Amino acid sequence: MPPAEQRDEVEMLWLMLLIRRFEERASQQYQAQKIGGFCHLYIGQEAVVTGAIAAIRDDDYLITAYRDHAHALARGTTANACMAELFGKETGCARGLGGSMHFFDKAHHMYGGHAIVGAHVPLACGLAFACTYRNEDRLTLCFFGDGAINQGAFHEALNLAALYKLPIIFICENNLFAMGTSVERSTSLKEIVDRAEGYDIPAAVVDGMNFREVRDKIAETVASIRKDQHSAFIEARTYRYRGHSMSDPASYRTKEQLEKYRLDDPITRLRAQLTREGKLTNEKFDELDKRAKETALASVKFAEESPEPLLEKLYNYTYAP
Amino acid sequence: MTSEMREITYRQALNEALAEELERDPNVFLMGEEVAEYNGAYKVSQGLLERFGPKRIIDTPISENGFAGLGVGAAMVGLRPIIEFMTFSFSFVAFDQVVNNAPNMFTMSGGQFNIPITFRGPNGPAHQLGATHSHATECLYANVPGLKVCAPATPRDAKGLLKTAVRDNNPVLVLESELLYSSKGMIEPAEIELLIPLGQAEIKREGSDVTVICYAQTVPLALTVAQQLEEEEISVEVLDLRSIKPLDERAIYSSVAKTHRVVIVEQDRPFCGVGAEVCYRIQKNIFDQLDAPIARVSQEDVPMPYNERLEHAVLPNAEKLIAAVKKVCYA
Repeated sequence: MPPAEQRDEVEMLWLMLLIRRFEERASQQYQAQKIGGFCHLYIGQEAVVTGAIAAIRDDDYLITAYRDHAHALARGTTANACMAELFGKETGCARGLGGSMHFFDKAHHMYGGHAIVGAHVPLACGLAFACTYRNEDRLTLCFFGDGAINQGAFHEALNLAALYKLPIIFICENNLFAMGTSVERSTSLKEIVDRAEGYDIPAAVVDGMNFREVRDKIAETVASIRKDQHSAFIEARTYRYRGHSMSDPASYRTKEQLEKYRLDDPITRLRAQLTREGKLTNEKFDELDKRAKETALASVKFAEESPEPLLEKLYNYTYAP
Repeated sequence: MTSEMREITYRQALNEALAEELERDPNVFLMGEEVAEYNGAYKVSQGLLERFGPKRIIDTPISENGFAGLGVGAAMVGLRPIIEFMTFSFSFVAFDQVVNNAPNMFTMSGGQFNIPITFRGPNGPAHQLGATHSHATECLYANVPGLKVCAPATPRDAKGLLKTAVRDNNPVLVLESELLYSSKGMIEPAEIELLIPLGQAEIKREGSDVTVICYAQTVPLALTVAQQLEEEEISVEVLDLRSIKPLDERAIYSSVAKTHRVVIVEQDRPFCGVGAEVCYRIQKNIFDQLDAPIARVSQEDVPMPYNERLEHAVLPNAEKLIAAVKKVCYA
């Protein structure tokens, strides 16, 4: 992936396509029982992480929850390493020891992949604390879902971040459901974004289905933080097309709701914007989509052919030397 | 040991360890409730704010989960946090960070992120603090792969183990003891670098009739009892584990091979306690060396009562230990 300043919108559209095609393949491979455990798909939410990535530097830090395949791909982890991780293979981005919910990639500043809801939000404070401690101007993007905002760890972390003026952007990917429980059934506030006010953290709402809106708001926030270090909170209103995980038929929501969001698809939307502006032809789009599909398919082949982690190495990753 | 040994308190020893490691490595910082401006709830961090400044000695709100997690995150990118829990009874509020995030990260990331963090603070029953403030947590934390756990009993061990913990590339819990903070002991001069490896037990008193295995608060208890039993011509060897995990099995087996009788006296509770594991390993590995069933003295299996007389009855004490020693010696 090119550095941030060169990330043009066509490249970002390709990234969204890659995320979607990758996850469609993952879904298929899960059904074929090549992938075990839990598998949470991001399909529908692509504009959020892609918009965010388009606004930050490669050396900024990123940490997220368990719906993390897209975040790793957006950071630059290869589709091969991601699919191999889902297959539990030695070539995976966590050597097959993490699985779907625990993607890590140190070289690309991807700090997980964390599966206890809300528990990684304090870790984001630590990443940002380290930057401040070392007088670096990096910042940390911390993603989490609407389900995390009622966890104690989330509240403790926001207070610490505001208190210590840590350079973090907290990004709540509000997809309306914490597993099967809707926001109105879980949260006393009407607007999630108002949570930030209680910690004196500046906050904004963005349309999480709109790449440009996400990117521009985050870019503006990034500039503000780099100028005068502080924390910020962004609620990205988005939607996942699939269930909470592969085993969830999502019977708690209506077909009409799903259709409404599908019509507002982030990929279709950016494609239309670019086409209208003469920056993208249908041929170019088809070529991008073909490349995304091929990359996803190749990752399955790579994962299938990759070796399992060695049994003899079982004890090698419990304690660091 | 050198001839210029000096006497300091357990509290001073910990303070020296902190100061020396902060001085040595700019990546080390101390964070916790009241560690800076208040100089530590138990004065372990006395003077450190003045010496190292607020960037490295950091007061937190009462948010154990939050600041323990902050430490883990900072450790992911190479800082070496020392996180103080005012007592390990409060570490339960941060349990998820201590048992899930800190020790799992290295495995879950396929070896990409090790977590060089030290969690420290007083552990175990103190005096009449009641059920919520009296937890001995060693058996809980030693159960978690990825964590290392030590529980020093003397000023020398406290300093040497804490310094080693800070330098370790993994999460290490240094379980101190409120009742020992003011106790005194001999230690090398300050200019001598004192590092005591994790996983190394120490014979605190040699003996030939019975091995009493102990750690932390039960070490002074075992030494007192050993002294007392000498008058009754029972020679007690006192083996201080110092580290719970890794466990120095070699030291245990070599002492047991000498005395053939064992009492384990631990400050935690009986069910799944440290003694249960030690006992299992002894019988599994050197069963033939035993001349008597192993005895254990621990807390009673009840939440800690506030009442002083009842608290005394719950804790391991001299009467119980003497009775156990005599039982295994058939005396």
